[in-house]
Amino acid sequence: MIPILTPPNLSVVSEPVAKESKQMSAATGRETAVSTPKRWDRKHTARLLTWLTHIGALVPLAVLLVEYFTNNLGVDPVREILFHTGTTALVLLAMSLAVTPVTIAFGWKQVIPLRRPLGLYAFFYVCLHLLTFVWLDYGLDLAFIIDGIVEQPFVLVGTAAFLLLIPLAITSTKGWQKRLGKRWKTLHKLSYLIIILALIHFIWLVKNVYIEPGIYVGIVALLFLARWNPVKQKLLRWQRQIRSRLK
Amino acid sequence: MLIKKRTGIEIPSSEITPESVYLSRRHFMRGAALSTAAVAAGGLLAACASPEAEPGSSATDVSAVQTAMPGKVSATADELGDPLNSFEEITTYNNYYEFSTNKEAVAPLSKNFPTAPWQVEVGGLVNKPKTYGLEDLMAFEQEERIYRLRCVEAWSMVIPWLGFPLSKLLNEVEPTSAAKYVRFETVQDRDNMPGLNSSLFPWPYVEGLRLDEAMNDLAILSTGLYGEALLPQNGAPIRLVVPWKYGFKSIKSIVKIDLVDTMPESLWMKTAANEYGFYATVNPNVDHPRWSQATERRIGEFGRRETLLFNGYGEFVAHLYDDPDFDTTQSVRGQ
Repeated sequence: MIPILTPPNLSVVSEPVAKESKQMSAATGRETAVSTPKRWDRKHTARLLTWLTHIGALVPLAVLLVEYFTNNLGVDPVREILFHTGTTALVLLAMSLAVTPVTIAFGWKQVIPLRRPLGLYAFFYVCLHLLTFVWLDYGLDLAFIIDGIVEQPFVLVGTAAFLLLIPLAITSTKGWQKRLGKRWKTLHKLSYLIIILALIHFIWLVKNVYIEPGIYVGIVALLFLARWNPVKQKLLRWQRQIRSRLK
Repeated sequence: MLIKKRTGIEIPSSEITPESVYLSRRHFMRGAALSTAAVAAGGLLAACASPEAEPGSSATDVSAVQTAMPGKVSATADELGDPLNSFEEITTYNNYYEFSTNKEAVAPLSKNFPTAPWQVEVGGLVNKPKTYGLEDLMAFEQEERIYRLRCVEAWSMVIPWLGFPLSKLLNEVEPTSAAKYVRFETVQDRDNMPGLNSSLFPWPYVEGLRLDEAMNDLAILSTGLYGEALLPQNGAPIRLVVPWKYGFKSIKSIVKIDLVDTMPESLWMKTAANEYGFYATVNPNVDHPRWSQATERRIGEFGRRETLLFNGYGEFVAHLYDDPDFDTTQSVRGQ
């Protein structure tokens, strides 16, 4: 888990200047090597966004740890930890799927390099979620765990989502991306299925009050909608109009 | 006429109670000249007499052992030896949707809920309908009952309730021979219960028992816990406790009790009859359609424990049902 978690884009943005034209991320790759103030700005933005992603993604874990050690998780800490790690994973997964819609709707290509850390952090929280389930909740009791997975449709669906995330986490490196070529993109479309499974997991576990999972379903539906070609074209047109008006 | 039977869940209090508490209770029993019923009930059902009847020493003795507890209890564990949940756990983690669907939000939201004056209207198919004021309810001899509470959400607690058998109240109003079921209703106080504005549920909260279930000695109307009056989040001023059924059956803040001839439709049956049926007996072999009921998490513990059939009270209630794997959700079986 740890090597996967090494901030992948951090090395890119903190490379020495000499190497940077070669290692430049997609957001800044088109820039010329000439040091203009504008180019420096973009690089600055990319670095800021990367740092914000790392900090933002680790804040929920920090909050959880502080709450745990200060006894602020209430009387059912296991449930709280399960809930926090689960929803954080879902939010991060949704954010990684929001990268494309954001570029479509606003043209902010700087967010593209954030997709990988967002996805990996989602996987990290899913691992914490699962660890909490088998360890804190089920006390590593194999018989209980098997019953807990097999007899509970929502856990079955959640487990499926976790298993599907594994190949995506493994192949998230540049090396695998090259090796798989066109198939890489197809493989990573699994993330659509994964988030649907995650939403079903959430809906099935709540006791008949569907407001919160409903909000997530709504947001994810919008993210899918933005990818649908008629909507996508409309968004692109709208974006061009606004940009030309601003100029 | 109800004859109080030994229910068998009592075990020698010396086995489950720290010595100081145990000794103090013996002292208490000597000093207080308890009723024969309470003596017969022994350990777990030890009567918790009204405050003025208590000798001065017991309070300090108990609090020396159980500093976290506000009131007095006769034991620190249930008959299986599992420790009581703390007063804080019991009073801050509550399913009470009239206030909020968030368990931790119920206690602060219900803080100023007015529970006095209070009336419980008992009627329907009875010979002597009666409206009980709070004083009338407190006039029933209050007993301590240490029960496991198993929530349908697969968590559980051990709670030292105070209250009296529901059968005592039902015997007073004399159900007619036509009465087959008991229907309970929770107060609808729109000014003080923000959750009632939610259209997610068909208010009011209604629950029901078959008459023989209601007459079982384990079924109590509770007015307190940990030796103190109930707090609003726990269903003050009076609530039902049926420990062999999932927690949602133990309806809170009751204002109406009706004896009826047809099976009452509860709020949860109206909401999702296939998930929360009329009987809702705790049964590890019958899963909720969406989750397992085989195990449960005891609040305050990590890991899980196996859920017991009838929540461990089979000895006293199994005879009420024909089928040992009595269906917890489908209401027709076992009638």
